[in-house]
Amino acid sequence: MAAKTPEQITDDLLRPLSGVSARYLTALAFLAGVIVAAFCAFGWQIYAGIGVAGIRRPVFWGFYITNFVFWIGLSHAGTLISAILRLANATWRRPVTRCAEVITVFALSIGATFPIIHLGKPWLAFWMIPYPSQRGIWPNVRSPLVWDFFAISTYLVSSVTFLLLPMLPDMALIRDRATGLRKKIYSVAALGWRGTSKQWHRLESAMQIMAVAVIPVAVSVHSIVSWDFAMAPVPMWHSTIFAPYFVAGAIFSGIAALIIAMALLRKFLHLEAYLLREHFENLGKLLLVMSLLWFYFVFAERLTVWYGNETPEMPVFWATLTGSYSPLFWIMVFCNFLLPFPILAIKKLRTITGTVIASSGVVIGMWLERFLIIVPSLSNKYLPYSFGSYRPTWVEITITAGTFAAMAVLYMLFAKTVPIISIWELKAAEHLAADRPPAWERVAQEGAD
Amino acid sequence: MVHQWGMVIDLDRCTGCEACVVACHAENNISTVGEDQAARGRAIHWIRVERYFEGEFPDVKTKFMPVLCQQCDAAPCEPVCPTFASYHTIEGLNGQVYNRCIGTRYCANACPYNVRFFNFYNPAWDKPLNLQLNPDVSVREVGVMEKCTFCVQRIKASEVQAAAEKRDVRDGEIQPACVQSCPTKAMVFGDLSDPHSEVSRLAHSNRATKLLGELGTLPKVTYLQRDSWHGGEDS
Repeated sequence: MAAKTPEQITDDLLRPLSGVSARYLTALAFLAGVIVAAFCAFGWQIYAGIGVAGIRRPVFWGFYITNFVFWIGLSHAGTLISAILRLANATWRRPVTRCAEVITVFALSIGATFPIIHLGKPWLAFWMIPYPSQRGIWPNVRSPLVWDFFAISTYLVSSVTFLLLPMLPDMALIRDRATGLRKKIYSVAALGWRGTSKQWHRLESAMQIMAVAVIPVAVSVHSIVSWDFAMAPVPMWHSTIFAPYFVAGAIFSGIAALIIAMALLRKFLHLEAYLLREHFENLGKLLLVMSLLWFYFVFAERLTVWYGNETPEMPVFWATLTGSYSPLFWIMVFCNFLLPFPILAIKKLRTITGTVIASSGVVIGMWLERFLIIVPSLSNKYLPYSFGSYRPTWVEITITAGTFAAMAVLYMLFAKTVPIISIWELKAAEHLAADRPPAWERVAQEGAD
Repeated sequence: MVHQWGMVIDLDRCTGCEACVVACHAENNISTVGEDQAARGRAIHWIRVERYFEGEFPDVKTKFMPVLCQQCDAAPCEPVCPTFASYHTIEGLNGQVYNRCIGTRYCANACPYNVRFFNFYNPAWDKPLNLQLNPDVSVREVGVMEKCTFCVQRIKASEVQAAAEKRDVRDGEIQPACVQSCPTKAMVFGDLSDPHSEVSRLAHSNRATKLLGELGTLPKVTYLQRDSWHGGEDS
């Protein structure tokens, strides 16, 4: 990479924006079809009643809330990881940050739709918003769902800001090279960026402030998601360990999603010269740490429940370990620990392919984890007379598939409209590496040309 | 004086006949969801009779326990509702305002007794049940939670009547449908804030226990039972 000149970097990273292939359009059409199917399923659910989903008494939350927690968890990929790496001044992060931050924005938007999809009356979701209404009541601020609403909206606003701020110089770069309508659109997106040194300094300090501010926001979001469960007196939900357990799991699945996204970008956008094995290795090490942390949390949680031997908790405990949910439980343990641990721990296996295999396992495993937190507890709640089970219907499965397709489509569209690797940050790294004057001065001169 | 409505259920008298369940359905316009939906776990019974077997065959005892909303004083269902659909009334009932409910179903998950029910579809009744709806009770639409109200329409009617006659509500004057229909008089309803009411007297019986009382939900339904209920010998 050291051999690349600033001009080469610009050309390489702007190339994906210059056109679309037939393969791209085919994939887009297929994914759009899945999304349309999901919208039809949701429409059918509203028309016929939410009874077309598989939820039942006593399992009132199923796939929808599983997906909610899963996607919100995935959203911890970007903002948190990129903020921590920025603050730690890890220089290898430069090609990674933007594709991480954009996962956050899209995963969060998708995750936030699930509490609405799952409502009995989705058209009344706006009652969560505090506004002076004819009904004369505010939302109930004691409810963790209302905390969710505020936490997620805060996180969405801050992660969008965190994504858009460092995009400004790149938007201006495209603006300066474009003509016609394209120029107009990118002019708006660049927000009048001129590349003056004053603007550079402001951008630097804004990013510093955002990186610090976004970390507590991200931690609070998944803590509050965990409190949706931990606040209710339900066996194996009512646990003090839940907030850190959920945050660790969120970062875990977030890194995995980031590795998969990076591998796909590398292959399809031909970014082999920018997303190097070093990046996958470093993220793989982070994933290894999180895998160990995840195992530690699950072990600590299960051990205390087993040792405590409380009557209401044991049916849930055994249902997951040896009972009807045990196949899912052991698949989860395999995907989240037994598979990724050796791959990531052995240096020879920690290749790009290796980390992608481990990450795929983790994404599946973490989805199962969310399911196994929610459903077994509800189906084995206190009075044995009301024990029950849960099976999703085609409606829930279609909507779930639709959100994965939506994530892919949003990511594909983004990668074709915005350079997925931050051009100016890479150039700045090149300049720093060559021991030249400070980055912003050099890039500022370029912008002024 | 603010009433605190409560109930006592004598498990030693309950025969498991389920007359209370039928009466509750008739009084409160509870929809009959149909065989298929009932098999999918969507049946709605504001009161149900739980049946437990004790011992090994052939020495088996069957025990019945009617379970309805316990109208907890520290109800886990109330704080979790984002829209105040589930709230505590002055008279200590766990109110459920159907028009505020947006169907998060959080209350039903938080309830340890599983006595909250969700309308997965719009309500329907098999003929000729559709002709006997109670005009004093609202019908609930798809997407909202519902549960036992202690027959709040009967409570209100008696309170209005008593106020018109410038007197207090008499003990035993109010009978929820389940209490009224119980052939063995296993259920008693009344004012717990009146120490002389029958329900207060029975609630202090040495046979009194609370269902899942260890959770600290402070239920206002008290169960009466001999020690044998949890598998011990008759005393």
